[in-house]
Amino acid sequence: MFARRFAVLIALLVASCGRSSTTDRAEPPTPTPSAPAPASPGIPSIEPADLAAQLDTAQPRPLLFQVGFKKLYEQAHIPGSEYFGPGNDEAAIGRLRERVASLPRDTPIVVYCGCCPWERCPNVKPAYALLHELGFTRAKVLSIPNNFGDDWAAKGYPVATGM
Amino acid sequence: MRAIAVALIVAIAACRGGHADRAIAPSFAVTDLGSARLDLAALRGKVVIVDFWATWCGPCRDEAPALIALQAELGPRGLQIVGLSMDDEEAPVRAFVREHGLNYPVAVADAALGQRYGGVLGLPVKFVIDREGRIASRHAGPIAARELAAELDALLDE
Repeated sequence: MFARRFAVLIALLVASCGRSSTTDRAEPPTPTPSAPAPASPGIPSIEPADLAAQLDTAQPRPLLFQVGFKKLYEQAHIPGSEYFGPGNDEAAIGRLRERVASLPRDTPIVVYCGCCPWERCPNVKPAYALLHELGFTRAKVLSIPNNFGDDWAAKGYPVATGM
Repeated sequence: MRAIAVALIVAIAACRGGHADRAIAPSFAVTDLGSARLDLAALRGKVVIVDFWATWCGPCRDEAPALIALQAELGPRGLQIVGLSMDDEEAPVRAFVREHGLNYPVAVADAALGQRYGGVLGLPVKFVIDREGRIASRHAGPIAARELAAELDALLDE
């Protein structure tokens, strides 16, 4: 009789122990997404959903220039994107300048990075600034408030991998 | 008596290993900046933060002092931070580690390792791994040091 009561007591302890360990700690805390930040004033942008739709329908299809870090591009990028290197790197800006030198100034171009939250991205603004300086009237940046993973890949928009 | 023994075994098992719902952290072994082998499996028994970061990432740079403080404060209780840089080159990583006095091992990771962790498609990203080698949480983007410390405190008590 005593043994049975003791077993019941232990079982209750088990139940409470299991509950605290799962409800308190097993659930990953919600990441702290930064509030979506709009593209900087004066920089024309395009929303991911709009660009994704254009990939199928737009004529001509916009040129896609990835100006983020190489390991991000290798893991996931928008199909058809051209890789230039981080936009805060002079060599990358040089490659971009060379690439667009002979293009008509009304060529639709979308530059994107997605390395970090938009307001802290060191890459996309220098790249856009170059295109603007060179007179590209239809250059835009892809609006990525948080990062490429959250704002593009996780939403099911198409991605390609590798270099 | 047999009922007591069975109940005790179940109780101990439930209290000590009740996190099977957490996914096992993908294994990796890399060489850190000090040329030492850094094997996640060897850290079993510790609470580990795998921190994907880069020197050019502003939020990552901002977090470095907090991570250094956490390692110093909670290291004796079993915390081990591992920095995996996504920089293309090693030189800026070495300079950053030296300049900021990072007190935890850092290695330069490749894209394949990022993909094993579900894709590191933005920085910073942290994986908090419990003492059993299971992923307790993933934090994408900056995280408040106080929030991270609270989570670690709980995990270190498990």
